[in-house]
Amino acid sequence: MKRLPQIALLPDGRRLHLQDGPIDLVIEAKGRTTEICAAYDAAAHRFAGLLDELCEELTTLRQAADPAQCTLEGVVARRMHAAVAPFAASHFITPMAAVAGSVAEEILAAMLGAAQLERAYVNNGGDIGLHLTGAEQFTVGLMDRPDCHGLMRMMTVDADDPVRGIATSGRHGRSFSLGIADAVTVLARTASQADAAATIIANAVDLPSHPAVIRSPANEVQPDSDLGARLVTRNVGPLTENEIEDALRAGAHKAQQLLVAGLIEGAALRLLGETVVVGSTGEAPALHAHHESAIENVVHA
Amino acid sequence: MIDASDRAGLFMTTIDAVTEGGDKIRCDACPVMCYIKPGAAGACDRYANHNGELVRVDPHIVLERTVSHGGRLVPFQAGGDWDGKIVHEPNVFVTAIGAGTTYPDYKPAPFIVSSQIDGVDMVTVVTEGIFSYCGVKVKIDTDRHLGPETATVRVQGEAVGHVSTGEYGSQMLSLGGVHHLTGGSKKEGRVTCDALMDLSNCKPVELTIDGGATVVVQAGYPPIVNGVAEERMRVGCGSATIGMFAKQWQGKVDEVVVVDDHITGVLSEHQAGKLLDIPDTGIKMKGRRSTPGRYFQVAEPGTGWGGTRISDPLSVLGPFNPKEARPGLTMLMVSTTGEHAAFYVLDEALKPVETEMPLDLKLSVERIQENCEPALCTVLFMGGAGGSLRAGVTDNPVRLTRSVKDALTRVTSGGAPVYVWPGGGITFMVDVTQMPAGAFGYVPTPALVAPIEFTLRLSDYAALGGHMDYVRPLTSLRDSTEVRPMPYMPGQRA
Repeated sequence: MKRLPQIALLPDGRRLHLQDGPIDLVIEAKGRTTEICAAYDAAAHRFAGLLDELCEELTTLRQAADPAQCTLEGVVARRMHAAVAPFAASHFITPMAAVAGSVAEEILAAMLGAAQLERAYVNNGGDIGLHLTGAEQFTVGLMDRPDCHGLMRMMTVDADDPVRGIATSGRHGRSFSLGIADAVTVLARTASQADAAATIIANAVDLPSHPAVIRSPANEVQPDSDLGARLVTRNVGPLTENEIEDALRAGAHKAQQLLVAGLIEGAALRLLGETVVVGSTGEAPALHAHHESAIENVVHA
Repeated sequence: MIDASDRAGLFMTTIDAVTEGGDKIRCDACPVMCYIKPGAAGACDRYANHNGELVRVDPHIVLERTVSHGGRLVPFQAGGDWDGKIVHEPNVFVTAIGAGTTYPDYKPAPFIVSSQIDGVDMVTVVTEGIFSYCGVKVKIDTDRHLGPETATVRVQGEAVGHVSTGEYGSQMLSLGGVHHLTGGSKKEGRVTCDALMDLSNCKPVELTIDGGATVVVQAGYPPIVNGVAEERMRVGCGSATIGMFAKQWQGKVDEVVVVDDHITGVLSEHQAGKLLDIPDTGIKMKGRRSTPGRYFQVAEPGTGWGGTRISDPLSVLGPFNPKEARPGLTMLMVSTTGEHAAFYVLDEALKPVETEMPLDLKLSVERIQENCEPALCTVLFMGGAGGSLRAGVTDNPVRLTRSVKDALTRVTSGGAPVYVWPGGGITFMVDVTQMPAGAFGYVPTPALVAPIEFTLRLSDYAALGGHMDYVRPLTSLRDSTEVRPMPYMPGQRA
């Protein structure tokens, strides 16, 4: 049976939905109707076969990235490697850490190559590539935990901002995390960079060998995980306010390093109801980290 | 749960799954070729290993009412045998679980589904409501004293609710509510939210009552009071037990005392005993006499005999009156559940001496036990559909309220029937054990996310200002758009 990607407009008639295996994209373009059609055609065209292309190099993509050289061939695979390479010298990271953002970026590029758009996004399960022009903005709602619904706060990206990629990582998402963050949302210049950085920062939100943090080898849970036997977070028990603060501070420190290195534009780190914001997030331009309460940011029904 | 005849149409085929060395299987649905362990899903969250079989897990829970509670993989018409019918059986129902919503709900509810029932176009507005005004009412079947009324109920030291009224054979607790969720400290809100979510998802939660007991409560299971699982509800109060069993005791024993925290009954003095001409025995009860043979407050409440704190039932008796008592007089003492029972014979000094219980009295104690229903905890979720949630359904929210009151719109929660309180607003209660597993989630407000469905005629929906542009035929849900994983299962998702 030949496998075909799913290509359909969502019921609102505006957004395009592309799905193939684990890749699930929601796309929206703004501009003239003919341009939107051309962009959606290009997206669907580029999408067909993309998963197969990635899977040809899956074995290499699941191995620790070499910081110095890239032996991968596919354009998406090479983008994945480029996104994780800045971290590969000092961290264990595989190109898979940037797969979602890199795919979003690739599809967005295909759309922009085929059409003039005022605004567009490609959302790959929360890892988002953006295109903004003129007075267009992109508003992002932050979730507390990817497995639960509900917005914690809103962030706005303007066309003037350098931000064109947004990604979220944490222990509740599809991928494993070495850290304990509920969610780390990163704003970066590209979706692939945001994706890789979110993974690194979420891993850094941690309380090493804390008894309330339950970890197990990744490959015991998911036999073919790219993390092998590394311990991944399975559950986080009750933590004191001080412990939550310590873990967030460790993550914020890492985020600050990436910010200074120009690898990210901003990050919001979330753990057990506490939030730390680093850098620019569209509403908090200060460069220092500060705490915020979720309760203050959400109104009552 | 799902019989073999249903399987072919319900799940994707299993031929592509390759069993690899025992339990894990290799999925062949896409070139990623995930190895999937039992109970886990592949990288796509669409295919899962269900007992060694590759199954497709669906975006929405299409609930067959017959699917037993706890079923996670439920029928989904994604197979090739679509016969064009909108629903196969009237019992198939699209629930709001996993529908997702934004907050506030200014956007139309995620799924407004039209299906045909009895030839009339019906609309089910499927959404997940976010309830910051919500809580659970817990009924704990026990005679044991759990704590004084209005005492604070705590989880992990945080106040999450209070002891409410004592009902017949049960103690009510009222947990949650907007004041605990958002009115107290951040930790109080978080702990309350977690406790409400766990209770609503039928998970056990340990509650500690100020000045009272520690109770583990799990919907549909016996309460565990101070480490001991409760087995049975009392058959009635002590007085009622006398009334029910007086005739069976007549001629087999001279006196019966049914020990009860509320009303302790004494056979010879009780109206039921008098009618059977049971002679006086000279028994002297402690406590406050209400009417003949009925005593209040024979002992302090506790977790001993009949919900009192006593372990020796004789401690509720004073000395027998020598004018009426006689050596050799027999007495049965029993608790309202039959859980505790002892048989006594008065000695020469008119002191009761515990003796082996005669067989026919043992049978009467067993009969009391048999008449006691199993003790359970029951949890009713109670929430109010606020203005913004209703706005997701119609552009004129109050009309939805009126439509519910006029019984034109049926409200369900996860497909389960609800009780809608009379009066203003849409405040409803639902038995959480009637809902599919994992139906509840939370948002960090903190507030609970609960499924809620409004079902009404398409014409009525249009009349109350429904979002007609967003009405989708039920068939459109069969494709995989807007897929979300099955309810979050900690430790099970890969």
